[in-house]
Amino acid sequence: MNDPVADSLSVTGDIAAYAGLAIDLALLTMLFVVALQMLKSRHLFAVAMLSGIYSLLSAAFFVSLDAVDVAFTEAAVGAGISTVLMLSAMLLTVRREKPVTPGRAPVAFIVVGLVGAALFYASIDMPPFGDPAAPANAYVGAAYVDRTPNEVAVPNIVTAVLASYRGFDTLGETLVIFTAGLAVMLLLGLGSPKGGRAVRDPAPGSLEAPSEVASVNVVDKSAAKITDKINEERA
Amino acid sequence: MRDEHLILRVVMKVLFAPIILFAFYVQFHGDYGPGGGFQAGVIFAVAFILHALIFGVDETKKAMPQSALSIMMVVGIMFYAGTGVATLLLGGNLLGYDVIDPESTHHAGQHYGILLVEFGVGMAVASTMLTIYYLFAGREPEISDEEW
Repeated sequence: MNDPVADSLSVTGDIAAYAGLAIDLALLTMLFVVALQMLKSRHLFAVAMLSGIYSLLSAAFFVSLDAVDVAFTEAAVGAGISTVLMLSAMLLTVRREKPVTPGRAPVAFIVVGLVGAALFYASIDMPPFGDPAAPANAYVGAAYVDRTPNEVAVPNIVTAVLASYRGFDTLGETLVIFTAGLAVMLLLGLGSPKGGRAVRDPAPGSLEAPSEVASVNVVDKSAAKITDKINEERA
Repeated sequence: MRDEHLILRVVMKVLFAPIILFAFYVQFHGDYGPGGGFQAGVIFAVAFILHALIFGVDETKKAMPQSALSIMMVVGIMFYAGTGVATLLLGGNLLGYDVIDPESTHHAGQHYGILLVEFGVGMAVASTMLTIYYLFAGREPEISDEEW
């Protein structure tokens, strides 16, 4: 206790712990405020920018949780690409959300309240953050940390898990991204893979009317067939 | 828009190469620090998206045409899956990288395997992201100045 070096070390440790707590609280408060603003705003440009800010704040929060790889992905994908895609999608539609007339939905409110209360109740049982005995850290996670230096010999354990231990999963993830790209190509119309012609949407109503008539005709015909069959069976 | 936004255009020209360089750093440094194919692919695509935002999609398509992206998407997936097939043909398990360099005492095969696989991921992610952006942005001829 009389060792001044040990005393000063414990004091700086306390200061670091309090600073970490203050940073976490500040980040969570800002996340909450940004989420509320996104709910309130009807201006879609502001909502898209706020969602980018939300992603950047969560990336900062992931850094404070020591999940650097996740933070990196969140900053690049969430704050970068998603915001740009949201904005370019917004350019294709309207700039403002339609005003919603407030209504009362008591059943929905009760369900939301009950689920929220249940989640709060469940969070009491959760192990403290960073607890080495917590189930998330104890079994597979500990095994990866123990075995990576001997089996894969890669300094970044996250990469070892992602590309080596779970290589087949990551192949699936890459295929998911590939499929998403294909789906967007099919939906938005690439034209030919050489260039991609500009897609012109027909004026609303110009294509729908004839197709509706056609479908009605089909329904009529099938209904006529069914009545014919019934008549035959009766005969 | 060609003659306006001078500062944006100059800044973009200065930033383009460093962003690409950073993407390659993240790509090939994933074994040692945070990062890997997914993040590198996104950063690579972001460089071209920034270019498209400032110079227009048509100018960017001259530098990186959609036909190249469509091929890159498929080649990236084939690179990943091909690494798995190669390990199978060498007599190991699918994506079991140790057979690439079995005599190594420090698991060099794992390093090579991870590098190859991450390269495939980066290629597929970069081309897919850029394709999606091209498709969204290509439907609007040009962002009018009032929208900025």
